[in-house]
Amino acid sequence: MPQPLFVIEDLHVSVEGKEILKGVNLTVERGQLHALMGPNGSGKSTLAHTLMGNPHFQVTQGRVLLKGEDILSLPPDERARRGMFLAFQYPVEIPGVKVRHFLRMAVKASKGEEPSVTDFRRQLFEKMALLEMDRSFSERYVNEGFSGGEKKRNEILQLAMLQPEMAVLDEADSGLDIDALRAVANGINKLAGPQMGMLLITHYQRILNYVEPHFVHVLFDGRIVRSGGMELAQELEAKGYDWIAGEAAV
Amino acid sequence: MVKKPVEAPQADYAQRYGFRDAEKPLFRARLGLSSEVVEEISWLKGEPAWMRDLRLRALEVFRKKPMPTWGGDLSGINFDDIYYYVKPADHQVRNWDDVPQYIKRTFDRLGIPQAERQFLAGVGAQYDSEVVYHNLHEELVKQGVLFLDTDTALREHPELFQQYFGTVVPPADNKFSALNSAVWSGGSFIYVPEGVQVTVPLQAYFRINAEKLGQFERTLIIAEPGSYLHYVEGCTAPIYSADSLHAAVVEIIVKPGARVRYTTIQNWSTNVYNLVTKRAVAYQDSIMEWVDGNLGSKVNMKYPAVFLMEPGAHGEMLSVAFAGKGQHQDAGAKMVHAAPHTSSVVVSKSISKDGGRSSYRGLVKVYPGSVGAKASVRCDALVLDDESRSDTYPYMEVEEEQASVGHEATVSKIGSEQLFYLMSRGLSETEAATLIVSGFIEPIVKELPMEYAVELNRLIQLQMEGAVG
Repeated sequence: MPQPLFVIEDLHVSVEGKEILKGVNLTVERGQLHALMGPNGSGKSTLAHTLMGNPHFQVTQGRVLLKGEDILSLPPDERARRGMFLAFQYPVEIPGVKVRHFLRMAVKASKGEEPSVTDFRRQLFEKMALLEMDRSFSERYVNEGFSGGEKKRNEILQLAMLQPEMAVLDEADSGLDIDALRAVANGINKLAGPQMGMLLITHYQRILNYVEPHFVHVLFDGRIVRSGGMELAQELEAKGYDWIAGEAAV
Repeated sequence: MVKKPVEAPQADYAQRYGFRDAEKPLFRARLGLSSEVVEEISWLKGEPAWMRDLRLRALEVFRKKPMPTWGGDLSGINFDDIYYYVKPADHQVRNWDDVPQYIKRTFDRLGIPQAERQFLAGVGAQYDSEVVYHNLHEELVKQGVLFLDTDTALREHPELFQQYFGTVVPPADNKFSALNSAVWSGGSFIYVPEGVQVTVPLQAYFRINAEKLGQFERTLIIAEPGSYLHYVEGCTAPIYSADSLHAAVVEIIVKPGARVRYTTIQNWSTNVYNLVTKRAVAYQDSIMEWVDGNLGSKVNMKYPAVFLMEPGAHGEMLSVAFAGKGQHQDAGAKMVHAAPHTSSVVVSKSISKDGGRSSYRGLVKVYPGSVGAKASVRCDALVLDDESRSDTYPYMEVEEEQASVGHEATVSKIGSEQLFYLMSRGLSETEAATLIVSGFIEPIVKELPMEYAVELNRLIQLQMEGAVG
């Protein structure tokens, strides 16, 4: 049996002594799109940041395997070079650094070699067109003065340029108007391929009208309490998270 | 467009900046300072009596003035242990082929001829105390533009010297302007006639190469009404064990409607005391801009000034300072508003790392009657670790009610969220921090000519990687 792309095993994570994740298990194969849904405070962002190696979060138990290798002891840049990617819910501003310069450095750092100027340019403009972004965008400073929609598109643009093997998208849809949401979802659909695994983290079912996941999971109080297909998302949409809370309390 | 090959930065630094040629000077003055040494310098240069007398008077002023007790720690300077004049070659050459081999090697490593091919109109490169290489674009000569080393200019244009020399920075201005006036040698002289626009930057490369050599260049720039010029000076120096002193004076006269930009990147080795007096007077509707990058030196004290003398004059200062281990960058600007509707902008960016200290020290003075004067000062400091330090000393002397003066200052650290974001894209921690620092200084760097912007980013990168100090 081939090795799974990405496995989370019994993951426990604390922040400042408080346990947020209490044993998360999840397996993502290549070519699969998983949606992870959950109410505020359920630990969604903690999971996203932990997978990428944010030092703010302490793993107290468990393993995270990327292509069979435990990546938990690796710093974020090493994880990126091995094929991990995180689209941030709140991307930070890097004043004075142009998007195109940043992307070029990121491509160089994660691929280990400098792309040729012409290849890079062609690829950049191609991906920007895919995400319905104006070319002038690449001359702006990273996330500085970006609208919510621009920030999210910029995250997906990075996904497109870096072509990771395992992508975690943290609330890629939050705060977007309908046009931006469609553009972002469209981008995700086009980028998802047989080689990539994706974990789409979201509070709302809304984006799932545009992106169809193979699996839907519900995170509640630091654990995955339900897994299923699209019907689970629809059920959540109909009944709300209180339904899960009620069930979990039982 | 970067045409230099990318190498390992550490190797690169030693190769490009730490090297030192064996000295082969033709003449070197005695160690230490005396009226004999001053007279000897003047005699060797064949100067007129008035200049010799000015030097001797300046020497007296220097002796009487106390050392400044503010700013950086200057107690390490021993004035008796410095050579005040070294002449490396016996005559001026304009053709690159005629430049002596050992000097050429130094310049080759600094990439001067290459740079020249790209965008330079003329090169006045100072090697030790005398300018050895001069080249001025023919077109500029036709336009009447003078770009000479200051010694030659004094011989060929004494009338301009008697009119302007020492009028913007008098010898008695401060202890180090007095010292410079006594022993000055080399530097650039630029004269741009009325209405002439010099569209390509004029540049000189300065470099101290003699151990214990004090370098005291003197620059005088005269921009006649409606003219434009951009002067660029870059400094690098080899690393020495003994302390060196660099005390330059720059005087600029910006006549009505003229515009002058003066760009400096100083990267003296970290044993050099860099004590420079730079000042411009700006007349009606003229613009004076200083763009100043301070990376090197042990102690740097530099406060370029613009005296806004007539209505509509505008002064600008864009500066960036990097203080690494053992360095104190005490830099700033002075904007003096002496007429109505004058305006000034100061933007200062400083970075402190590995125990380095950077201070912004600036003055905005608005004289009574300067109605409608506007001044803004913005200082941003980035402190990279807990051992490093940043201070701001913004002096404001506003004596006119109908003037607006603004000051903003920020001190920040590199945020862990910024680092995490960049590292999640594959950048190492050092690369991430370097990128954040380059972004921080980008507003200044984008004002530099391409070659210098590349160089500055490269130098910052070296500093960030700890290759220096």
